[in-house]
Amino acid sequence: MRREIPILIAIVVGFVYVIQFFVPHAPFDKFQNWGNDWIQIIAGFAIILGVLNLLKVSLEKVYKKSKGWGYAVIIIIGFLIMTGAGLFFSGGKNYQNPGTPFYYIFFNIYFPLNATMFAILAFFVASASYRAFRARNKEATLLLLAAIFLMLGRTPLGDYLSAGLPTGWQLKNISDWIMDFPQTAGQRAIMIGIALGIISTSLRVITGLERTFVGGE
Amino acid sequence: MPFCQKLPGRYIQTNFVWFISFFILSIFPALVFSRDTPQPPTQVQAFDTPSDAGKSITVQWGKSSDDGEGLNNVVLYEVLRSTSPEGEYTKVGDSPRGTTEYVDNSAKDKIPYYYKIRALSKTSFSDSPPGAAVVSSPQWFKKERLNALIVVLVLSLGIIYFIQKASKGKEMFVRKIAAIEAVDEAVGRATEMGKKVYFIPGIYDMDSMQTVAAVTILGHVAKRVAEYEAKLEVPNCYALVMVACRETVKQAYLNAGRPDSYSDDMIYYITQDQFGYTAAVSGLFVREKPAAIFLQGHFFAESLVLAETGNSVGAIQIAGTAQPTQLPFFVAACDYTLIGEELFAASAYLSKNPKLLGSLKGQDLGKLLMMIAIILGSILESLGILHLAKWFTYQ
Repeated sequence: MRREIPILIAIVVGFVYVIQFFVPHAPFDKFQNWGNDWIQIIAGFAIILGVLNLLKVSLEKVYKKSKGWGYAVIIIIGFLIMTGAGLFFSGGKNYQNPGTPFYYIFFNIYFPLNATMFAILAFFVASASYRAFRARNKEATLLLLAAIFLMLGRTPLGDYLSAGLPTGWQLKNISDWIMDFPQTAGQRAIMIGIALGIISTSLRVITGLERTFVGGE
Repeated sequence: MPFCQKLPGRYIQTNFVWFISFFILSIFPALVFSRDTPQPPTQVQAFDTPSDAGKSITVQWGKSSDDGEGLNNVVLYEVLRSTSPEGEYTKVGDSPRGTTEYVDNSAKDKIPYYYKIRALSKTSFSDSPPGAAVVSSPQWFKKERLNALIVVLVLSLGIIYFIQKASKGKEMFVRKIAAIEAVDEAVGRATEMGKKVYFIPGIYDMDSMQTVAAVTILGHVAKRVAEYEAKLEVPNCYALVMVACRETVKQAYLNAGRPDSYSDDMIYYITQDQFGYTAAVSGLFVREKPAAIFLQGHFFAESLVLAETGNSVGAIQIAGTAQPTQLPFFVAACDYTLIGEELFAASAYLSKNPKLLGSLKGQDLGKLLMMIAIILGSILESLGILHLAKWFTYQ
């Protein structure tokens, strides 16, 4: 029963969602909102489960002095500070309001840390591009050429270099052509494949054929 | 008489009175007839909002001739409603200048309503004549989605047909997918090196089909890990995904005959925050130096950070996503990548279950139909016949 009930729920909810996509009449018009409400409620409880799991794993690491236990200490301290600041030190205001300790920590510690992680992406793009654009074979060479045209075509240098060429051969127009035709065609082909894959997987789930996601075989 | 000569007082006084009278009379019509009242809107049409659950009427009108032209003094339109053409009209909503449509979602079904539109200037207003009576009612089918229904039905029937065929014993040929073939190699490498296998199921919750696909792949990977006696870790971004992963991995270990090797601690929650999760997982990669990393599911900007970190520690990486914008990053940084539909096919491919493989064949039928539609559409578009392309427009 532990496995059958989740599969049954997946089947019923799956079919109802398909029906409500095509039928606007009551009661189907309500299902999407009900579904979204249920997702919110379940996610609300699930976050408690997640936080408890995070604390359990971190406390165990510290207790057993496992490898990297110092990071677990930082997690626990960070958790306690943020929770304490939000629950007990907001001075009667909403914890998200300016002037509260939670707000201060969020904008002066959490926010810059987040931005830093995002900014690191720029360096990873450079290192990945270096590897991807090495002309090892025919396909990689084509990729390299496309990238050169595209990058030059999107910069003032490209305009300057190709200003004397006929309009169709100017780097800006070549890069636009690459984006509008081969790139769009490739991306659309992938999108069609994805849509078919989603239909197929959804059918497998709502007909109960696919059970791996609830621990079935 | 010279002009500069002094005139008698009475003469000047009489002429002055005449002059003032003439001036007042000449500007009087302008004072009396100048207007701020805008011209009323025209052609008010109301109709039952199509493809809805009822209780909604769409009202359309022609702009006042003083909206954007003429006196250009219309600031707002008010939508007025009554249950009789000559009855009392009450305001049900307003719409900014320049607009010609309002959807009244406060209507009750089966009651005839009349609508007027009031054009307002800063100081005055004018009403349009009422439109014809209109009744709202719920519909049973969204007509504009008929094309989607037909496509879904055709594809679904194709998939079900091939599933039936496969279940009757018909052998299905499925092309080899290099990324899936490499699962054994990656897990075997981890076993030989005595290092961990990391499985990252994306950064989305279970309401994403990609996460569902990732969890199904995890089931097969976990079975291999259990058979090879390697070590598996699954850091999660969502608690619900964590629970689903635990159930899946536990069952996989049971199926592999090694339930004793399973522990809940292998699958844990980190944070829902995108870059918090990225930082934690990147840290784990750098410290643990895993032998194999699976990045499967719904990824965004963190995809390259994770893949490049994994690459830097020398792990064999098998990625898979249906996010077209992240695919180039995975292709550049990982050893193998499941591109788009391959992510959804992976579970069926790995299970070798004939029914699931049949569904892949049905998917291929869908692709064939799409190819025919694209070729036919291109020819018809070139000939100026646009109906087929319009039919495929999704609303």
